Amino acid sequence: MSEQVDLGRRKLLTAATAATGAIGAGLAVSPFLASWKPSARAKALGAPVEIDISKLEAGAMIKVEWRGKPVWVVRRTPEMLGGLSQHDALLLDPGSDGSKQPAFAKNAARAVKPEYFVVLGVCTHLGCSPMSKFTVGEVEAGWPGGFYCPCHGSKFDLAGRVFKGVPAPSNLEVPPYAFVGEGKIIVGTEGAQAA
Amino acid sequence: MASTESHNASKPQGGLNGWINARFPLDKMLREHITEYYAPKNFNFWYYFGSLALFVLILQLVTGIFLTMNYKPSATEAFGAVEYIMRDVEWGWLIRYLHSTGASAFFIVIYLHMFRALLYGSYKAPRELLWLLGMAIYLALMAEAFMGYLLPWGNMSFWGAQVIVSLFGTIPVIGDGLVEWIRGDYYISDITLNRFFALHVVALPLVLVFLVAAHVLALHEVGSNNPDGVEIKKTKGADGKPLDGIPFHPYYTVKDLFGLGVFLTIFCGIVFFKPDGWGMFLEAPNFEPANPMQTPPHIAPVWYFTPFYAILRAVPSFLGTQIWGVIAMFGAIVLLALLPWLDRSPVKSMRYRGWVPKLALAVFAVTFVMLGYLGLKPATGIFPLLARVFTVLYFAYFLLMPWWSRMGATKPVPERVTYDAH
Repeated sequence: MSEQVDLGRRKLLTAATAATGAIGAGLAVSPFLASWKPSARAKALGAPVEIDISKLEAGAMIKVEWRGKPVWVVRRTPEMLGGLSQHDALLLDPGSDGSKQPAFAKNAARAVKPEYFVVLGVCTHLGCSPMSKFTVGEVEAGWPGGFYCPCHGSKFDLAGRVFKGVPAPSNLEVPPYAFVGEGKIIVGTEGAQAA
Repeated sequence: MASTESHNASKPQGGLNGWINARFPLDKMLREHITEYYAPKNFNFWYYFGSLALFVLILQLVTGIFLTMNYKPSATEAFGAVEYIMRDVEWGWLIRYLHSTGASAFFIVIYLHMFRALLYGSYKAPRELLWLLGMAIYLALMAEAFMGYLLPWGNMSFWGAQVIVSLFGTIPVIGDGLVEWIRGDYYISDITLNRFFALHVVALPLVLVFLVAAHVLALHEVGSNNPDGVEIKKTKGADGKPLDGIPFHPYYTVKDLFGLGVFLTIFCGIVFFKPDGWGMFLEAPNFEPANPMQTPPHIAPVWYFTPFYAILRAVPSFLGTQIWGVIAMFGAIVLLALLPWLDRSPVKSMRYRGWVPKLALAVFAVTFVMLGYLGLKPATGIFPLLARVFTVLYFAYFLLMPWWSRMGATKPVPERVTYDAH
């Protein structure tokens, strides 16, 4: 037995112990970090909601809460729908290529049935809720009717498409939804589309 | 039994004091940090704000603890709990107004404290770490204030939090998941309120107290700067004490108590006569409960965030993302932290610098105030253009500092501080 300390061996053992300890400490942190994720109850409360649209009049809008966010359903008049094609040059993303929507809503009216426009009432800039300004000329001269965000001045048309030169980077998000039965929409799932 | 403590103590003490000092360095600490901490004798008006910040921290801790006794961190009860504190709890209104006014006072005092550092080069070597610790306090304070603002669960609380938390959503790929993780829900909900409460009353105050202690320890290690930017430790007397230094106690404890008196006069005036601070300390939309369906017509953060908010709004989105404004906003704070390495001037104090750095500091002060003003205004008309101009000026001040800080002749710095006996 030697009286001499094997420094190389000691260094290796110290490094190995420290590394094992660090990995353990890192793993011990993960339950705390994971506790911040939406809980089982929050997930359950975020389940799809049903909206009754049978009494919605043409040109009117209803607001429903889904996951704490306003979901708007607008029953667009033929004039509103006709106006949508008139201002493509002023839009940032007229084809909705850089915007969020289910595949079925990636069209000119951004809807399954053009008459019913379902959209999240959450500005794509920083999450404020825009106001409905459906009257032509209501916000400024030449305003075609649409939505105006009071926080930072973003403007959207009646298909939730964003105009150029405002802070919002993309069109309003269309949530997953489906028509179910007579005059009912379910928001939060695309599953029942065929029914 | 032979006493072992007499080895280190120069003169053995009797009584309770002696008993404690044999077991805990009480006298040693008092000497090092209070009675024999030598501070330059030429401190002026600008040196009140450090001790005032410490006072406001304690005020916030004490009023905060008492508010917690009647507050309920739940989305259904929070707004009502604050009304209850205001109307039914004896002196509850006073405790809450002290806390809400204290938040704004904290930032006023901190901004003046930071301006003092810019004025006299207090961040320059050997005080870089002191400055970084101060910046960490500033960041923790902003987080503390932001989370505290959600707790009354008013409509501005809700939408302010919504906007700020959404900033993290602009980060590519992980953004959406990160925001969901911060909120713990699909929107700012009861869950978010509950965790912000925990952070506001437990985690961040602990961090703040720890950082403040580190800040003071670092200060006492390197010694205080002064309006002349002269290192008083370079000129010591025969007793080894700086010739231009005076003991913190009694000289500066008395001076700071006078400053505290003036501060409290103004502070109490606001608490008693204008507790909403003309709509700046408590914003009108916050007098109605949080409503996730209804954004207030005009969202502006509380005044102390508005300079950075103006920068955030001034940067347009391009390449389909809003992240540039967020980067600019956080970059504005990072640049502030880098001051010790951006400033290449051979002298510390503005007193001995040329006209270029003096002008630059004046322009920067105006820029900061103007950005603060613009952050309160809606983004319409001339305001967005002005915000862009001042954002450019803000960044120019820092990014061009390595050049302009060396421009112009400096005046000779004296060996000793300038001081007229009075």
